[in-house]
Amino acid sequence: MFIKDIKELEKVVNSELASKIKKSTINFNELMLELEVENLFSIIQFLKSNDNCRFRQLIDIAGVDFPEKDKRFRLIYLLLSHEKNLRIKLCLDFEASKNIPSIVKIFPSANWMEREVFDMYGIKFTNHPDLRRILTDYGFKGHPLRKDFPLTGFNEVRYSEKEKKVIYESVKLEQNYRNFDFESPWEGTKYLKEIKKKSDNEKKE
Amino acid sequence: MKKKNKTLNLNFGPQHPAAHGVLRLILELDGEIVEKADPHIGLLHRGTEKLIEHKTYSQALPYFDRLDYVAPMNQEHAFALATEKLLNIEIPIRAKYIRVIFCEIGRILSHILNITTQALDVGALTPSLWGFEERETLMTFYERASGSRLHANFFRTGGVHQDLPTKLYEDIGKFCDKFPKTIDDLESLLTDNRIFKQRNVEIGIVTKQEALSHSFSGVMLRGSGVSWDLRKSQPYECYKDLEFKIPIGKNGDCFDRYLCRVEEMRESIKIIKQCLRNLPKGPVKSIDGKISPPSRDELKDSMEALIHHFKLFTEGFRVPAGDVYAAVEAPKGEFGVYLISDGSNKPYRCKIRAPGFSHLQAMDYLIRGHMLADVPAVLGSLDIVFGEVDR
Repeated sequence: MFIKDIKELEKVVNSELASKIKKSTINFNELMLELEVENLFSIIQFLKSNDNCRFRQLIDIAGVDFPEKDKRFRLIYLLLSHEKNLRIKLCLDFEASKNIPSIVKIFPSANWMEREVFDMYGIKFTNHPDLRRILTDYGFKGHPLRKDFPLTGFNEVRYSEKEKKVIYESVKLEQNYRNFDFESPWEGTKYLKEIKKKSDNEKKE
Repeated sequence: MKKKNKTLNLNFGPQHPAAHGVLRLILELDGEIVEKADPHIGLLHRGTEKLIEHKTYSQALPYFDRLDYVAPMNQEHAFALATEKLLNIEIPIRAKYIRVIFCEIGRILSHILNITTQALDVGALTPSLWGFEERETLMTFYERASGSRLHANFFRTGGVHQDLPTKLYEDIGKFCDKFPKTIDDLESLLTDNRIFKQRNVEIGIVTKQEALSHSFSGVMLRGSGVSWDLRKSQPYECYKDLEFKIPIGKNGDCFDRYLCRVEEMRESIKIIKQCLRNLPKGPVKSIDGKISPPSRDELKDSMEALIHHFKLFTEGFRVPAGDVYAAVEAPKGEFGVYLISDGSNKPYRCKIRAPGFSHLQAMDYLIRGHMLADVPAVLGSLDIVFGEVDR
């Protein structure tokens, strides 16, 4: 069978992997499959080797953080099939404590991508050959792309004339980072509303 | 007594002229043979993705100029395409042509830099002197279009910032007539040069299979004989109306990649010429006042324009919730943006897929068993720019 478009691909994938896929959706002409962590490895292997799919290239792995959800983290695997000229997205939702199976054995290029996700979100991968930090500084603490990590960070570096070397200091800001809420200027911004609510409450008391 | 072989650890970079930026390579050497290479990256990490989460869509755009600063507009393009996909808008046809012209100028900018510095790495000085003169001309085109040589911020959501001055179209046309001669001159210095060939032929060979599994894209993939170019296979803007060829290499070595880049510059010139010839008339940005800001003239006498202007530069525009992946064929390979919107005026998550990241990752595989002197040659042919690798 020759797959021409994304809808046919959806049918094929759903019939072959029926029980392993939670949901499949097509939005903006992009196919997204939602999976369980346990099935990730086998599904990627299937997509890579199956003659109807042939997703032979891993484009990227993107982490996403939803701090308010039970399943806090999401991983998106973007795959590309050159032969069929199709793309597919795999989506994985899981709790912060969960470890994810590494796919370095299937795609060697996943190595750095998984290291990046680990560095930015603190998501751990099992069976990864070399899970070190990659983009942040040597000895960096915290995971910067988590939503609870402040934009300004915790440490800053500068050259100290006294000690004749580069030193680390905690960030000192002349004024707090101002995150203006422009979303609906007509009804007053969120922080103004909060101040107003507070003063109203005080009046009542 | 048996001599015991001991490997030597060598620290290459991060401040080394042949590292093309701030790359630190830890090399394990057995004599002059490289046994293992461990690239340490992140020395130029600026947290672009984190910053974008805190900015409105129009404020996020200029960050893309600062990724691959050798071809800034190609990066903006991916982000503009992603937001347009989420907003579900079509940009005016003239804007598409202007975008393609500047994408191809960016490709030439990047390829000149890469070819000439690769030559510099293996010992040839002259190409860079000749090449950089042309780059300067191209950067003045950038300046005349956007007001700045590098950080253009020109491809806005819904089109381009403004139409080009008429004289600029003429000058780009003149450049296109003149430039193939420069490519010939560069080729006469390099293509048949014995030293250049000795340093590049059969160095850093990538097979088709390995190129795919290491997530290579762009010239790195085409150099190994895979016929894949997003401009042809998943065309965006007006690429499907244009005629151009995709040069493909045979051996997958550094020399083939060099040849591919040279040919791509020639094809780019053809594309620009076609665009200039067929340039349609009309607006250059979306006429929807909720997305693109009004012109200066309108502001003076239209209350509605004034309101739109105010809202756009305070609140910005809101993008419907959803997630998309948009990719362009940047000079270095597939540059993609995976964007998640939660329906507000700021991206919830913006993952940037930089081609150089996967290419540099394969450094260990490429250099194993080669001589130490081949490290700069291979690194040069990978076409690494640290702005995009580290993000």
